[in-house]
Amino acid sequence: MKAVILFHSTNHAIWAEDELKSNNIVCKMISVPRHLSSDCGYCVQIDTEDKEKATDILNTNKIEFEKIETL
Amino acid sequence: MLKDRTHGGVIYFDNAATSFPKPQCVTDAVIRYMTQIGANPGRSGHKMAIEAGQIVYKTRKSIATLFGLRNPMHVIFTSNATEALNLAIKGVLEKGDHAVTSSMEHNSTIRPLHEMEKDGTISLSIIQADKTGILDPQKIRRAITTKTKAIIINHASNVIGCIQPIREIGKICRESGIIFIVDCAQSAGVVPIDIDRDNIDILAFAGHKGLYGPTGTGGMVISDGFDFKRIKPLKYGGTGSFSDKIEQPDFLPDRFESGTLNVAGLNGLLAGSKYIQKREGGIERILEHKTELQNYFIQKAETFVKDFYCYSSSQLPSTSVIAFKINSYSVSETTQILSDRYGIMSRQGLHCSPLAHKTIGTFPEGTLRFGFSIFNKKEEIDLAVQALKSVSEGKRT
Repeated sequence: MKAVILFHSTNHAIWAEDELKSNNIVCKMISVPRHLSSDCGYCVQIDTEDKEKATDILNTNKIEFEKIETL
Repeated sequence: MLKDRTHGGVIYFDNAATSFPKPQCVTDAVIRYMTQIGANPGRSGHKMAIEAGQIVYKTRKSIATLFGLRNPMHVIFTSNATEALNLAIKGVLEKGDHAVTSSMEHNSTIRPLHEMEKDGTISLSIIQADKTGILDPQKIRRAITTKTKAIIINHASNVIGCIQPIREIGKICRESGIIFIVDCAQSAGVVPIDIDRDNIDILAFAGHKGLYGPTGTGGMVISDGFDFKRIKPLKYGGTGSFSDKIEQPDFLPDRFESGTLNVAGLNGLLAGSKYIQKREGGIERILEHKTELQNYFIQKAETFVKDFYCYSSSQLPSTSVIAFKINSYSVSETTQILSDRYGIMSRQGLHCSPLAHKTIGTFPEGTLRFGFSIFNKKEEIDLAVQALKSVSEGKRT
């Protein structure tokens, strides 16, 4: 199962990807699925089991994100 | 004619205007973006757009590391240090505020401040530096009033290379609750800067001088603890975020970065920034090297060049920006001869800093200026001294 983390800004999405990878979370930048947002940018895809750990990393680094959705 | 010239047959000493040559990795990075990446960062979700976005992010991170900043989003890219200073000055100062600056400022600081004073928005105090260009922090302290909102100081002079005691001035700002804005156009990549330890709230940097990036790059860096909402944006427009709204986003960096960035330039800046940070001895060694070159030039020129007069000090650490003249020649004539007859690139005149030239007593004619880079060698200085000696003796070799 996969989940995606949505951000208000692509700048934050790329920052998040860097921090998550530094903390050994497997992640990938993908286009934002249309059913989740009308934004035309990208988001970060992770494994659902990493949701909690990823949230902690984002909060620790004060990286603002919109929401995490399971696909 | 002089032999053994470098860099395509010329000796380039105009590095205070923009550095040349750039490291090969900088040129390669610009070409790589132009030929292989090409896309607009943050405006779409395809692979090339993501890679362009990663370039911008990595550049932000590298600049953040350079200045000891924790949050890379606090690095705002602009087209040069001038735009960053305008953003900081116009963004912070409001009707009725008082600002303090110095007699060593570049026009990129003094012109926006003067305009705001002239149209009645702010009142302004300009603190006089001594003849060596150095400011007394206590004079700045004494200029503070209850209405003082910001102090704006040039870190390293683009005229004589002197370095201001910014940490001490910043401490005064901290104690008084005043915003400290520092113009690091000449010092970024040359003088070690730590935004926290140096008590800086906002700094402006040029990407194309001591960081060896392409022209058209620069930025504003906001300290981690500073409330960035105290700065109004200079530009409004598309950011790729909140596209459904007509309000400007209020988070960093989008609040200040409307419009497509110069990604080709930023990829070059990333390469330049990494290049100098990885150099043996780091920025500390770069400053030592430049001070050595400056002292070497001054000592040789004072020994061999007739009527040589130097305004830069060989007693202080310096960014190796040297103001001088040969008293028997006009500065424009000397610069022209150096370029035409000897292939030596220098700059003459007021260097966009009329107040600094008034401070050192060289207004309105100005001076010649040499600015050395990490690539300049003592052999090149020897050739320049030989050329200046010939000029001073009236020889047309």
